[in-house]
Amino acid sequence: MSILSMTKTLMKSVFHGPYTLLYPIKKKEVFEHTKGSIEIEVADCIHCGLCQRNCPTGAIQVDRNSANWSIDRLDCIQCYYCVESCPKKCLKMGNQYSAPAVKKVRDEFTNARVSGN
Amino acid sequence: MGERTVIPFGPQHPVLPEPIHLDLVLEDETVVEAIPQIGYIHRGLEKLVEKKDFKQYVFVAERICGICSFIHSLGYCLSVEKVMGIEVPERATFLRTMWSELSRIHSHVLWMGLVADGYGFESLFMHSWRLREQILDLFEETTGGRVIFSACEVGGVRKDVTVEQLQKIKSTMISFEKELQEITNVFLNDASIKSRTKGVGVLTKQMAYDLGAVGPTLRASGVASDLRSTGYAAYGKLNFEPIIETDGDCYARTAVRIRETFQSIDLVKQCVDMMPEGDVRVDVKGNPDGESFIRLEQPRGEVLYYTKANGSKFLERYRVRTPTFANLAPLLEMLKGCDLADVPVIVLSIDPCISCTER
Amino acid sequence: MEQQTLRMISPEDLLSETLNLKNSGYRFVAISCTKVGEGLEISYSFEKNQDFVSLRIVVEDNAEIESVSCFYVPAFLYENEIKELFGIKVKNILLDYNDNFYKIAKKTPFNEKKEAL
Repeated sequence: MSILSMTKTLMKSVFHGPYTLLYPIKKKEVFEHTKGSIEIEVADCIHCGLCQRNCPTGAIQVDRNSANWSIDRLDCIQCYYCVESCPKKCLKMGNQYSAPAVKKVRDEFTNARVSGN
Repeated sequence: MGERTVIPFGPQHPVLPEPIHLDLVLEDETVVEAIPQIGYIHRGLEKLVEKKDFKQYVFVAERICGICSFIHSLGYCLSVEKVMGIEVPERATFLRTMWSELSRIHSHVLWMGLVADGYGFESLFMHSWRLREQILDLFEETTGGRVIFSACEVGGVRKDVTVEQLQKIKSTMISFEKELQEITNVFLNDASIKSRTKGVGVLTKQMAYDLGAVGPTLRASGVASDLRSTGYAAYGKLNFEPIIETDGDCYARTAVRIRETFQSIDLVKQCVDMMPEGDVRVDVKGNPDGESFIRLEQPRGEVLYYTKANGSKFLERYRVRTPTFANLAPLLEMLKGCDLADVPVIVLSIDPCISCTER
Repeated sequence: MEQQTLRMISPEDLLSETLNLKNSGYRFVAISCTKVGEGLEISYSFEKNQDFVSLRIVVEDNAEIESVSCFYVPAFLYENEIKELFGIKVKNILLDYNDNFYKIAKKTPFNEKKEAL
């Protein structure tokens, strides 16, 4: 039965200083695999629609006629199933997470070489 | 003969971590009976099998609960692989086992922090969660996510681990073990914690077996039942014994979980040493047809998965029976005869996870 | 690996088979329910020393079955759940919530009755 069992831990933390980072002055380092948001090289996209069919939440919309590829940032659950199903490998998982927003945010990318000409 | 009052406890209460409602029937500060009520976060996840095909459903299955997330996705993948007869590469089974044991360590250290907060010992709660951050950083480095990993899929795992990452896991485990010794010394030897947990919420061995208790609640009453001994994933090749205590009170349940944490640290080191080379996934073609029962060991106890498929790409039925659902009946027995001030300690000692219970 | 057996029994034999298993020292695991054709298939699972036994009965949609909570107390939670989600009638449950267990808005969502046109 001891009543001062916490003393060693408390003394160590007094001399160590804070264990937390002073965010936003010092940001946390990201690792190579950290899941952030989906990025696309839209020039390589062939608009086959495989990513739209495989997305579990339906966040991706692909329009072949207008050569448009869009993603709803707040619906995306960062599962990167679309990255694995793309036949042209033009999707990538970036390290930076999309910023918090008040309304739904839809990011659109149009393939300028195919549409408009 | 005292007067009886009924006091409602939960679902919102400063000391209660989970949204469970208990109607406590009291006779002068002693609890005579307790009637549970759940249903505050029922999301109907089992019905989503009709809309998401069997390869997409793994992302729903891992979001049933945040703390036990990896083992839910592992159970889903094992059930579908058993129905389809797929053989997963050996390196994938070892990676899955390593991540399951790291999940178990993180869940038990999180529970230790919550139970310290339940006694009012806030500094111990903060120190336990500070140690847990090291495990979450390991998860982020190897899989990409801190809580929900999306690492398991039908046919293997999605990401491989490099040799440097394996060495870092091993060295982190060695330093983590030393720091954890100081914190668990407080849990097991401090006078104030002992006075609040010894002799409180006693569950005898026969009652625990009859009422269907699972996990550390069952093992702290003296029944040696641990699903990892059946040898699913890579557990058949690892070396371990189930941990039991005989007292059946809250102190015994704390001791079982602390000893299991140290055992899991040892199992992770064994996995890293025995990691075989090879692929981490196989291609999956065709649709599942058949049914299967799979039982795994989550940090909270025994979990049962029942899958039924009929040849189309949507599963017909996926049923999850989580350990807290099975521990609710013993909880009602433990609450009889205790003081009102002991109720939060007893509810926390079964490690409730209502989000798993209600899916 | 563990032993798994599945036995089909008739609904009348349910209570006597459960009593046999209880006297042999089996532990209660779970009750699972599935919709099959026009009826329901209910599986009662028990376990002893890594020997996993399941008893299965097939009943009609509006059949009545006896509760096993007289032998195994924790069964009352599972029987309330299948009563609310599938609409089967269970008699003599130890603690009957009368369809207030999950408090869902739709009646028997897992066993939807198709409206006759």
